[in-house]
Amino acid sequence: MSNIPENLKYSKSHEWVLEEDGVFTIGLTDYAQNALGDIVFINLPEEGDSVTAGESFSDVESVKAVSDVFSPVTGTVTAVNEALLDDPAQVNEAPYEAWLIKVSEVSDTEELLDAEGYEAVVAAEEA
Amino acid sequence: MKLLFERSRAGRGSDLLPACDVPVVTYDQGLLRAEAPRLPEMAEVDLSRHYTELAKQTHGVNDGFYPLGSCTMKYNPRVNEEAAAQPGFTQLHPLQPVETVQGALEVIYTAEKMLCEITGMDGMTFQPAAGAHGEYTGLLLIRKYHQSRGDTARTKIIVPDSAHGTNPASATMAGFKVVSVPSNEQGGVDLDALRKAVGPDTAGLMLTNPNTVGLFDPNILEITQIIHDAGGLCYYDGANLNAIMGHVRPGDMGFDCVHLNLHKTFSTPHGGGGPGSGPVGCKAMLAQFLPSPHVEEKDGKFVFAAPEHTMGQVRSFYGNFLVVVKALAYLITLGKEGIPEASAGAVLNANYLMKQLAGAYDMSYDTQCMHEFVMTLQGLAHDTGVTAMDVAKRLLDFGMHPPTMYFPLIVHEALMVEPTETESMETLDEAARVFLDILAEAKTDAESLHHAPHDCPIGRPDEVTAARSPILRYDFGA
Repeated sequence: MSNIPENLKYSKSHEWVLEEDGVFTIGLTDYAQNALGDIVFINLPEEGDSVTAGESFSDVESVKAVSDVFSPVTGTVTAVNEALLDDPAQVNEAPYEAWLIKVSEVSDTEELLDAEGYEAVVAAEEA
Repeated sequence: MKLLFERSRAGRGSDLLPACDVPVVTYDQGLLRAEAPRLPEMAEVDLSRHYTELAKQTHGVNDGFYPLGSCTMKYNPRVNEEAAAQPGFTQLHPLQPVETVQGALEVIYTAEKMLCEITGMDGMTFQPAAGAHGEYTGLLLIRKYHQSRGDTARTKIIVPDSAHGTNPASATMAGFKVVSVPSNEQGGVDLDALRKAVGPDTAGLMLTNPNTVGLFDPNILEITQIIHDAGGLCYYDGANLNAIMGHVRPGDMGFDCVHLNLHKTFSTPHGGGGPGSGPVGCKAMLAQFLPSPHVEEKDGKFVFAAPEHTMGQVRSFYGNFLVVVKALAYLITLGKEGIPEASAGAVLNANYLMKQLAGAYDMSYDTQCMHEFVMTLQGLAHDTGVTAMDVAKRLLDFGMHPPTMYFPLIVHEALMVEPTETESMETLDEAARVFLDILAEAKTDAESLHHAPHDCPIGRPDEVTAARSPILRYDFGA
């Protein structure tokens, strides 16, 4: 059973979002890291890059495949978790602590789900 | 087994050079390296045995069944090799006067004519070295086309979510932005999503048909029409041409350009033994942009010519020429009757094996397939903990190469099986028996499967550590 914290918002493409004072922190969900398997490489944008809701901003490579990570919001990247570049395993070990990027000046967001809504998405994928 | 460095003994070697009988030239000391490179020193016989030992640990189409989905690992006929080994081909110099290489040019010319007929295209280049290089070249054709019309706002390439990973990669390399469109319930392109994705910024679409789940998209004419109506061009990824060659032509489906993998569909060696060859064909309006040089016939002679608005060269000289010789040998051997028969056989074999396994294994799409089919082991993984990876590794113990794993990404715990037409019924029956035996093992002894293979030169490598902390250089120690 996937861990889906109540205090976060989620995209249908398995990213989590935490909004604090206009700063959106984005990471991969527990379900996503589990489905990907052991992550061996993460490609991240740079500070100052712009991201667009629904479009890929990063890719993660596991021993199974390379997968896109989609941005749940439109805005500007203000911080990048560079520790993941050397140690991508953090995403497997603690997906809700190993954030990928922080985004500010957010002008648009995808349809974001609460924990219950996201649980239904995960249940449908596992069916 | 020991590495070359571990077999090395100081002073041992195979080079017996005569004494120097010309003046010794001294170089500027700044250009010389401080110490000699640490190369292994060994006798030729030991080197030869080392590589033979390595070769014995590999698995190729000459060792056994190789149903690697989307890769078309068909048998490579010996007659192809004989044709390509002719000294008239092997001892050519790429800059030899064109009058002295008429036969070689005729090979390229004839292969172009035949492959254009099979694909429904009007012109072709043989420069691209393999499939992804072909994709890149095809995308440059599309870019040149829009640029030549002053239509420079077309910056997006549409790619379905079931596509080969090389498609979005090639589009990005060619300077386009990639737009992904979802698949529908039947594994084809979602038409509504496609209509929403197109616009004045659409440069084109990249599509494989049959697609990566082994299904022919029945809406293909509508798909290419939607792209053309939006002002874009359609690119056909020829990875799965083996399912349809001689029956349906990409050109008739509405595609404007296409790449072929001679090392898949046209029976030339694939993988490490290649090299590959990824010729790109196009409709007449794109032929003026093809790479240079292009072989043409002029007054009964073959010549190298530059297409009017050529993109230039995408590779040195003429591509992997000997691969083209092998593919032409295959085309001539099979002829007009044999080419469609080969693809019919590929589709028949895939359906035969799928039927043997359906019921025991879950098929991701419950319908007749083309040249390959995709199974999902999600249910098995859920019930027993045995994953697609475990089953794939266990197949190695039975002298079978595993199918493609965890692809396409839209299918969970995927195994993608492509038997090809060159396998006999007995081989397919044996493969089915092995697959079913492994399924029985999964239900009784899942633990053992997690550690498979058991009878191979190496067991289960630690792929995660290998990927996270790869050791890429030999450690000489202190």
